[in-house]
Amino acid sequence: MLKTIASRVAVIAAAVLFGAAAHATDVTGAGSSFVYPVLSKWSAAYNDKTGNRINYQSIGSGGGIAQIKAGTVDFGASDAPLSAEDLAKFGLGQFPVVVGGIVPVVNVEGVEPGQLKLDGAVLADIFLGKIAKWNDPAIAGLNPGLALPAKAITVVHRSDGSGTSYNFTNYLSKVSPQWKSKVGFGTSVAWPTGLGGKGNEGVSAYVGQIKNAIGYVEYAYALQNKMTYAQLRNAAGHYVEPNAKAFAAAAATADWAGARDFNLIMTDAPGADAWPITATTWAIMYKQPKNAERSKAAFGFFKWAFENGQQQAASLDYVALPQALVERIESYWKAEFKQ
Amino acid sequence: MHATTTLPRPRDNGADLRSARDARHDRLFRYALMGCALLVLAALLGAAASTAWGGRLAFETFGFKFLWSEAWDAVNGDFGALVPIYGTVVTALIAMLIAVPVSFGIALFLTEVAPNWMRTPIAAAVELLAGIPSIIFGMWGLFVFAPFLAEHVEPWVNDHLGTIPGVGVLFQGPPLGIGMLTAGIVLAIMVIPYISSVMREVFLTVPTRLKESAYALGSTTWEVVWDVVLPYTRSAVIGGIFLGLGRALGETMAVTFVLGNAHQLSASLLMPSNSIASVIANEFTEAYTDLHRSALIALGFLLFLVTFVVLALAKLMLVRLARREGA
Repeated sequence: MLKTIASRVAVIAAAVLFGAAAHATDVTGAGSSFVYPVLSKWSAAYNDKTGNRINYQSIGSGGGIAQIKAGTVDFGASDAPLSAEDLAKFGLGQFPVVVGGIVPVVNVEGVEPGQLKLDGAVLADIFLGKIAKWNDPAIAGLNPGLALPAKAITVVHRSDGSGTSYNFTNYLSKVSPQWKSKVGFGTSVAWPTGLGGKGNEGVSAYVGQIKNAIGYVEYAYALQNKMTYAQLRNAAGHYVEPNAKAFAAAAATADWAGARDFNLIMTDAPGADAWPITATTWAIMYKQPKNAERSKAAFGFFKWAFENGQQQAASLDYVALPQALVERIESYWKAEFKQ
Repeated sequence: MHATTTLPRPRDNGADLRSARDARHDRLFRYALMGCALLVLAALLGAAASTAWGGRLAFETFGFKFLWSEAWDAVNGDFGALVPIYGTVVTALIAMLIAVPVSFGIALFLTEVAPNWMRTPIAAAVELLAGIPSIIFGMWGLFVFAPFLAEHVEPWVNDHLGTIPGVGVLFQGPPLGIGMLTAGIVLAIMVIPYISSVMREVFLTVPTRLKESAYALGSTTWEVVWDVVLPYTRSAVIGGIFLGLGRALGETMAVTFVLGNAHQLSASLLMPSNSIASVIANEFTEAYTDLHRSALIALGFLLFLVTFVVLALAKLMLVRLARREGA
């Protein structure tokens, strides 16, 4: 009895060990924390299916770029696209991985989720400190019928450098000339006013606790913490609610055809239903990889994720790339990368 | 030396060998001890030198302006350390103002006043407090303590302390619950176990003979503590306070959660600010440009300097105090 169990265990162990050793390839990646949840979910499913392991370290975009430039990982992931010069200099290529949304959240008494309407100019003026009270005519003008208190607005932003801030400030730069000239956009900027929370959880905690506060978080955080999000007016002039459909619309209508190496930030997308602060993360890889086998496995992983990963992405409140964009990426791979 | 003596007797020879061996062991032991001490020195100098080297780009670019510039703008590459230095020093100061008297009270209570059955459990609880990770203090500060301050304490502070002319400036501003005061109080709670455990240990070393004599002469507990216990243990108590101060200056996670992380210089203790350690922790992962990265490392070097200067000033003050007392 004992003997049979022992021999069975040995057989299973051998099968696991040798089976894995025979087929599995370990792919390593590093970078953005924005994609970490979805990448780890995808890689678990992909591992079950093929045995290939994707080992992703969420060390921040800056770290991811440094690691791929140093050639220590098979792919890097960054919330900001690399410039054409940088890509050419290091022989790198980049492509978007997944789409997510960033939403303004507020804590104003009597305002329910989705009730407050804002447009880009007003949002920028609030974050500039120019609009300091909730009953300011500029806000009231967009929200007829909504009772807004005569209370001072407390602005909450991210204290840590982040892709969320990068996309949010990029949007404000596109819709407000004053924001563009005074603050600009980046992973961390010189905020004219307000206080900084660490991470999405820090911002949502501050906004939740401080009355009359406004901040911005990733969509998933706003949903999970049942925060009061605002509607935004998009480039087409329509008010939209933040949801998967609106993020997908932004990804679909952004002008990818005109963007070399997918160097395009999706904020303020032109589509009629597009959510204006939609973001993506770029995977960055060598066009002539040092380790062709691992690079091939990485492409296999992304191809599988693009074609089969919608479900997992949706369960984490991300949006998978639209079909047309996936086709564009696959032809980019064929044209630019040695596979 | 012994080689010149003629025919050493066997007994002497044995003793001689032994003493030589002892001397060798002693020497080795001394080297080992010196190695341990030098290791600390080497680590300190190494860390200071490498942060100075890493921050050279920022120092070259901004010169001494880096020390007193308020700017911190990663987009336009303009950096200055004034706000983080100010926030670090002010929060550590608030922490020490609270922590030193409270720790003193805890240590005295445990050594002089408390009934025997209470001493061990409370001492154990204090030491357990020292083992709590700082992130827990940060979370507690953010989710429990800050809302409490915002609702119950800061409005009162605004109304009562904020109206005092002169000092009132320190206590004005919106009651957000997040800011330098909150960070200082959370820091105080974090350093109290360090200071009070050291104080308790050294208070226990005071010979009972001395204390009993003072009591026999009719001293009150306070007089015994102030005139016998404290003078006997002064340097060790100061060492404990410095340990706490060093920790308060360098604490990162707990401060980041409750300080508000805003690059603004404000007199009010209720307003958010920034500290050196939390700026580094916040921005290092996403610092793309060389100048930004270098400015952050330069901040790390400045933290060394700030700690050094604060400790030196404190020491100087205490030396003065001791001299006056002696005179």
